[in-house]
Amino acid sequence: MKLELKGITKSFGSLVANDHIDLVVQPGEIHGLLGENGAGKSTLMNVLYGLYEPSSGEILIDDKAVKFSGPADAMAAGIGMVHQHFMLVPVFTVAENVALGKEATGFAGVLDLEQTRKKIRDISAKYGFDVDPDAVVEDLPVGVQQRVEIIKALVRDARILILDEPTAVLTPQETDELISIMRQLKDSGTSLVFITHKLREIKAIADTITVIRRGKMVGTALPSAATTELAALMVGRSVSLALNKADATPGEETFRVRNLTVMDDAGHRLVDDVSFGVGTGEILAIAGVQGNGQTELTEAVLGLHKHVKGSVTLDGRELVGRNVRQVLDAGVGFVPEDRQIDGLVEHFSIAENLILDLYGKAPFSRGSTLNRAAIARHAEAKVVEFDVRTPSASVPVGTLSGGNQQKVVLARELSRPLKLFIASQPTRGVDVGSIEFLHKRIIAERDKGTPVVIVSTELDEVLELADRIAVLYAGALMGIVPGKSSRSLLGLMMAGLTATEAQAQLDASATTAEGELS
Amino acid sequence: MRDPRGVEANESDQPAVSAGSLTGDGPADGGAPAGSAGEAELTGVGTSGRLPSTATGGDGDHTGKRIVREIMSGSALVSVLAVVVALVIGGLLIAVTDKRVAAASGYFFAEPGNTFAAAWTAVSEAYGALLRGATYDPGARTWLGQLGIFETLTFATPLILAGLAVTIAFRAGLFNIGAQGQIILGATFAGAVGFGLDLPPVIHLLAVIVAGAIGGAIWGGIAGVLKARTGAHEVIVTIMLNYIALSLVLYLLKNQLKAPGSTNPVSPAMKDSAVFPLLLGDNFRLHAGFLLAVVAVVAIAWLLNRSTLGFELRAIGANPSAARTAGMIVSRGYIVVMLISGALAGLAGVAQISGTEKSLDSEVAGSIGFDAITVALLGRSTPWGTFFAALLFGAFKAGGTSMAVNADVSIDIVLVVQSLIVLFIAAPPLIRAMFRLKTPSTRGAGA
Repeated sequence: MKLELKGITKSFGSLVANDHIDLVVQPGEIHGLLGENGAGKSTLMNVLYGLYEPSSGEILIDDKAVKFSGPADAMAAGIGMVHQHFMLVPVFTVAENVALGKEATGFAGVLDLEQTRKKIRDISAKYGFDVDPDAVVEDLPVGVQQRVEIIKALVRDARILILDEPTAVLTPQETDELISIMRQLKDSGTSLVFITHKLREIKAIADTITVIRRGKMVGTALPSAATTELAALMVGRSVSLALNKADATPGEETFRVRNLTVMDDAGHRLVDDVSFGVGTGEILAIAGVQGNGQTELTEAVLGLHKHVKGSVTLDGRELVGRNVRQVLDAGVGFVPEDRQIDGLVEHFSIAENLILDLYGKAPFSRGSTLNRAAIARHAEAKVVEFDVRTPSASVPVGTLSGGNQQKVVLARELSRPLKLFIASQPTRGVDVGSIEFLHKRIIAERDKGTPVVIVSTELDEVLELADRIAVLYAGALMGIVPGKSSRSLLGLMMAGLTATEAQAQLDASATTAEGELS
Repeated sequence: MRDPRGVEANESDQPAVSAGSLTGDGPADGGAPAGSAGEAELTGVGTSGRLPSTATGGDGDHTGKRIVREIMSGSALVSVLAVVVALVIGGLLIAVTDKRVAAASGYFFAEPGNTFAAAWTAVSEAYGALLRGATYDPGARTWLGQLGIFETLTFATPLILAGLAVTIAFRAGLFNIGAQGQIILGATFAGAVGFGLDLPPVIHLLAVIVAGAIGGAIWGGIAGVLKARTGAHEVIVTIMLNYIALSLVLYLLKNQLKAPGSTNPVSPAMKDSAVFPLLLGDNFRLHAGFLLAVVAVVAIAWLLNRSTLGFELRAIGANPSAARTAGMIVSRGYIVVMLISGALAGLAGVAQISGTEKSLDSEVAGSIGFDAITVALLGRSTPWGTFFAALLFGAFKAGGTSMAVNADVSIDIVLVVQSLIVLFIAAPPLIRAMFRLKTPSTRGAGA
């Protein structure tokens, strides 16, 4: 099936999210859609999937113009979509999820799941999915849940499959499996649109690459194009992808975590007996697939969790049992994982957000009165220092782009003397240009002699920043390896092997995950 | 007879209507997310799935928070347009219920102009009487009748204070439906000091004010502590506390606080030293409580915008997760704001008992606690916005009687207009759609 978008424009008020986008997806092609977060990729796909109506332009399927008034129309036309965040009911079985919205019914409306089960088995067998129709979705690993989403689309006879940032939640090994699934689908004649901002992946799988920047199509490229070339197209200027980072000169180990265990209210172990230490002037990156205890680990250090056992010391002082205020006052800078939930108050101005955890200190307040002049001066200075792109420091922080919001968070946390800096996902949802800047600031903090802990699910980021890498799996520490370890080693550790087991497996086997992608 | 103009009969059914429309607007608004902005927020909440679980609660009710934010994000223009549309619809109701219009419409097709002329006359007479009654009426016989503006200020006084109570709780993310109960408790405490104790003149009044604030603060604080310690939803708790307050005051009025020799559940009259001095002599009811209300507006404006406490409360209201991560103690904030909110509502009770009522009965709060919610919403939860919205509602009360007497329009029309204002304020998308206003977008759409 051939899909063509002609001059698609979508605007929200004065904001033009898509500006005259032309795109042709040939039958049986994997079309890579490359762009930074906020470039308009998802908007474009939502237009294609019938979730938004385009302000102008048209969609052609096999050279015939079509008009979608909702996802149902798009599905009927043969378009399937796998969203970045899965649209599955966790407590339903695979078959129930697949049937949902298109339930086959028997006499008097009785649900007939047997048909669906059969279809799932057929598709599973055809593509080697290994999915049990009667498994409950919430018990399945993320990679398998994603396959359920793909099956959902295929059961509805999708001939064009849109995958929106499908690798964000996968381990490197799962990514490789996904890539082979995509190849099989392509071979059986399905067209795929693969949306991503990861250059390495798009080069590995796409047949054609379309680059979008700020809602405009800025070019097409072949996967053979150089990485730096693609990055330059995506960002609009040349970027240096490799950080020039001097080797760490770790000093005394001032931050120590000993036998830290974090439990949820039901008593499940979210972090399981983790011990490590970080020296001054060193970056320890904590790698792992999302949801393996990294978040809870950092939150426990900050004092946000109730059920914490073990010990966390900074300069010999115990932090467990203290509240957030006391931990921050002990000299901890903290960048939370989700800036919009935990890091910023969207309706507050940039200036107010810059003092969100400093408002009680001089010079920002005297007694119980805020010193508005000092707050404004501080904001002006930080906006310049951290290159926050904004008309003024008094606009609500919610109006800024993700990258600029993250700069505000980092500016706040780095604007006081620190004894420890913890950053969770410091560049999630941030444009490439800002990533470069934020990474440099983090390394500058390290070079000032601050112990730094970075939590990231992006291996690229981990490898770029880390002096040492700790890998968490199901809350437990799989080992700490040097900063220049191989992707395949880390991948195996992220899948639950200890450092020694992973190394042994790598030595034994010649087929590495690296081979698939390089 | 609390009201010299005899609005009494009307007030008893007012709370029921106001409360009804309020409980009704929640789900209706929640079901209509405002275009892309609403959607963005929905997905944001739905996909994060990682809200830290805490005993303090208050994170779970994101739908409620979204509705509150949606209501608060309405611009001043939306507030003004809500009033205008409510008045227009009220005008239509006046026209269709008017006898002269009905008579003229009998020969509508022969002489359509007559119907429209009659309708115009009816509406302009009614609203003219309303406006004159609330401000200045040169034709009235008494001073009191001529200068309705002071009656407006008198009616507005408790509304300003109770409106501020709702406003400040709102800014900290709490929906204080309990102003009614807090007013009753405030008035009860103030009354107990006001007619139960003998104190020197100025000191007595100050003691009454403090007692009223404490009474309200206790009642608000209960909801705050329950919210902070157990996560009990403040809306449910404050509604229930309203009933308890009413029953409590009735019990006290039948026993401890009953006036000696009286058969009715009414307290003794306030001592003269416990009453607000009149500001404009005996011809007008306007009392020093109004000055107290103005001081309260200035103080709350300072507290919210200039103080570290206000910064904390606003951060907790706008994003409790971020507030907690920044080292603020959210549960303490909830308790503090409910104490302040209750104290303000308690002061509204003082304004009632020491300003206009002069003795305690179970009707001391009238419908002020519920009108206060509308006032706070109409004032977009800002102190000065609340002040002006309270003046408007005071004007409705002062002018409504004049409209009923001079234009022969039922005073219920005022109630209809007030309720319509609630409706339109609670559904900003409706007003925006009506006037094709742009949806305020907090976040750019895109990938």
